[in-house]
Amino acid sequence: MSERIRTRWCVEFAVLSAALLTFALWPVVNHPVRADESDMQDYASPLEVLSSPDGARLYVLCQQSEEVRVLDAASHAVLKNIAVGRVPRGFSLSAAGDRLFVANSWDDTISVIDTQTLTVTATWPVGAEPSSVVTDRAGKWLFVANRISNDVAVLNAQTGSEERRLLAGRGASYLAISPDGSRIYATHVYPNPARVRSNLENRTAPESEITVIDAERAVVVERIPLHAIAGVFHLAFSADGRLGVAAALHPKNLVPLAHLEHGAAFADTLLLFGADVGQPVEVPLDELERYASRPFGVAIAPDKSRIYVTSSGSEMVTVLDVPRLMHFIHARPHAQPVSFARDLAASANYVVERIAVGHDPRGVALASDGSRLFVANRLEDTISVIDTRDLRVASTIALAGPKTISPLRHGEQTFYTSRYGFQGQIGCASCHIDSTFDAVTWDLEPDGFGRDIVDNKSLEDLRGTEPFKWNGANPNIPTECGPRTEKYFWRSENYDNATLADLAVYVRSLPLRPNRWRLPNHELTPAQERGKDLFERAQDKFGVPIPERNRCSYCHSGPKGTSQKSFDVGTRKPTDNTGLLDTPHLTNIALSAPYLHDGSARTLEEIWTVYNPEDKHGRTNDLTKDELNDLIEYLRTR
Amino acid sequence: MKKLAMKKLWLGAMMAAVAPWALGAPVATAASQTVAFGTQESHAALQALPRFRFENFTTANGLPDNHVYAVLVDGDRIWAGTENGLAVYENHAWKTYTTADGLAHRAVLSLALDKRTGDVWAGTMGGLSRISGGRIDSYTQLTSGLSNDVVYGVSVEGENVWVATAAGGCRLNTRTGQWTLYNERNTPMVEIWTYGVSATPTKVYYAVWGSGILEYDQKTGRWDKYEDPDGENEIVLFKDQGLIHEITTSVSYVDNILWVATYFGDSRYDGRYWHNFLTKDSGLPSNFTNFVKGVDATRAWFGTDKGLAYYDGANWAVYTPSLKDGKPEMTVRDAQGNVTPVAVTTAPAHNYILGIDLQGDDIWVATAKGLSHGIRQQQ
Repeated sequence: MSERIRTRWCVEFAVLSAALLTFALWPVVNHPVRADESDMQDYASPLEVLSSPDGARLYVLCQQSEEVRVLDAASHAVLKNIAVGRVPRGFSLSAAGDRLFVANSWDDTISVIDTQTLTVTATWPVGAEPSSVVTDRAGKWLFVANRISNDVAVLNAQTGSEERRLLAGRGASYLAISPDGSRIYATHVYPNPARVRSNLENRTAPESEITVIDAERAVVVERIPLHAIAGVFHLAFSADGRLGVAAALHPKNLVPLAHLEHGAAFADTLLLFGADVGQPVEVPLDELERYASRPFGVAIAPDKSRIYVTSSGSEMVTVLDVPRLMHFIHARPHAQPVSFARDLAASANYVVERIAVGHDPRGVALASDGSRLFVANRLEDTISVIDTRDLRVASTIALAGPKTISPLRHGEQTFYTSRYGFQGQIGCASCHIDSTFDAVTWDLEPDGFGRDIVDNKSLEDLRGTEPFKWNGANPNIPTECGPRTEKYFWRSENYDNATLADLAVYVRSLPLRPNRWRLPNHELTPAQERGKDLFERAQDKFGVPIPERNRCSYCHSGPKGTSQKSFDVGTRKPTDNTGLLDTPHLTNIALSAPYLHDGSARTLEEIWTVYNPEDKHGRTNDLTKDELNDLIEYLRTR
Repeated sequence: MKKLAMKKLWLGAMMAAVAPWALGAPVATAASQTVAFGTQESHAALQALPRFRFENFTTANGLPDNHVYAVLVDGDRIWAGTENGLAVYENHAWKTYTTADGLAHRAVLSLALDKRTGDVWAGTMGGLSRISGGRIDSYTQLTSGLSNDVVYGVSVEGENVWVATAAGGCRLNTRTGQWTLYNERNTPMVEIWTYGVSATPTKVYYAVWGSGILEYDQKTGRWDKYEDPDGENEIVLFKDQGLIHEITTSVSYVDNILWVATYFGDSRYDGRYWHNFLTKDSGLPSNFTNFVKGVDATRAWFGTDKGLAYYDGANWAVYTPSLKDGKPEMTVRDAQGNVTPVAVTTAPAHNYILGIDLQGDDIWVATAKGLSHGIRQQQ
């Protein structure tokens, strides 16, 4: 080969390689804005895992593929994939293990699976966004935690007929039954509304609870108060029933998020309750410069020697030694509920291991003898099998699915990890629980104590709602998620371009949850219809024309209820730097209380009954109470 | 007017002719009272009517306030709505919930129990509160769709909470969170001052102060209205012609029978016939009645300004501290109008009765000066 030919060949090869590389990277560097539907559905996304009573099977709840995968526990071979409803979020076995109940959060149904035939034998309607399900020992009741309706539905476990709804915490999501079967415990992911208004309006520490239900009578008998907690996830009990634990988030939202040192944004904690501890105790899982971000799944060894907690953002399992934990607690006697959440030295007393697992580890299950711990790695499509004797990952079960990481998947992993946060403390999902919101108001920027308090908006269906940030300063998602996040939140490693692009792809792809206030046929009820007329009206009740800029439908225009412009609606507080605020979208507005830019309106009603004295936020002061109710009924359909 | 009066006269005569009350049904109709001892009738009445030993609770033994507006029996627990908090009596001890616990207002005017969930609903002078497992969530006219913060009455039926307020009635669907308001714009209500509500699976009744009784049919969603046929006249032209008076204060619907209390006598309605009770022709100690609680189709308790009254379908009993000297009194009036005093050693804490609830054979009574527990005695 002559030198000339060789040179020409090399040039052609280089050009071709560059073209291929460019083609391969095109979706990343050009910030793809739309995810392929098939791309979203190929992954399994295992969220929860269960071991059958005899230990022979593993049941894996796959949220994205919307199925239960049944595996042979020894060989890990797939026995069957059972299709269930949309976006399943929780499942549990009956006491005898003969039925598997699956909570389908977007269908508002429960799938009943016969574990002998591995088929769905019934589908029962329940409340809004069922997220967890558990049956009592006698098989009389089925309890279902409904995240949107904030209650626990009580169903006849044989027929599925709903008997009653019990008031639970806001965002009721996870259930567990006590070992003796007498009590059902429920947690919730959003804080309860403040019961008493403080002088600082929106500046109150979040309050949560563990709802305790009498399993036989199916009534609430106790609420264990959880101060300064917003976001409680799975619960577990020791076999003797004397120790209960729950994974929790402890936001520190009353101080400016000016820096993240020493866990300044969140404490990732474990709540302990029951006879072993007396009054409830909150202990941190974090330690200085090493954080256990977003605790989620919990399990207690059958011999009560250890507690296992998944930290979804930190991609690890934290192992606590129970005797050492009890020693730590009992060395600090307490007559009232107590929290050690701010003590970053505490966990050294009882955390014995931190085991790295896959992306976004969530639900856990122990083998009946406690020898193995199964961990569902949601964004890796794997199950980590941890040998609990030597506390290491003994094997990893790969679930069938794509072996490549799509931009969308990469974006989702970026959203759910805390690795980009300062010292790995927080990630997007710390505040946007399950890609929604946290119902907490934050003092985000380093502009002084108590200045520019902001409510956390939901992320659903964001396309076409730009700009972002309450002052509208960020024109698009890459700006919102990139420099802003890096500067104000992470204060650490920034995203590379491809990662930022993928994160933007993911955030823009977040779908709209079904609206529970709309009729199935998309028609409006008479009250909603009347409210729509009020929303769109151009004259007040006295026949006086309403200026265009003072009509609901002007600022909240378009399919998502935003004109994408900023207005002063008279809600500026003395502590706000500006009164000019971006018009928030109305998508699923009923779900995301509190309202207004700083969360000062606890309910939709308060927007107008309290915070619109001069009719700047729309002409509403001519409305009667029933007309205002109609307007709100319509807004709930948006 | 003369024509109308004649029509009323005719209707009254017709009703008198066919009403079961006129056919010897067990309803007292005597126009006068005589104090009689030892008659066969009075002896039977004495045997039939319940006797109680009253134990009274005041601030001296744990109640947060002596002004008790409402009482609710919840199994072994007793809830008392007072002027200064919601008190609950359990295991022989009182616990009080206040606004610091989330109660909408310190003055609790009405109470209702959701028997399915065990939740208690409290109507207050400042909104509606839900007490569930020790947690209190409150709804006001500013924070919710509640029509008005002064909640005189509350009743739970299924998933709906029915509320009587100073600005009309409303219904909260606890499942959807939707509020529906009922007022002069969408019901035949003339006044909007609703004082009491009684909700059942078939009917919901509102006692509307100055506007009689409003009836809601759960099946059809339609409203109907019952008014005093004599309008605003204070004279009852014809007995049992209709609702005794427009100024209704309390309503109780049980076994398809409507019991109504007004400030000018009380009424019973079976869907076809009305029967009215006045001091002059019944055992009511006063026409000024704050509260009525129907036990079943024939029996009811009445809370008046002059004592606690019980009607068993034929006979009456009144329990009160004497208006003269405060000594405990019990009187029995049989169907013939014979009144027999009964020697008792205890009485409700006060003659001004505001609320009543039953606990098996026992009775709990909210009065202007304490809460009373009537413990049924063997006769």
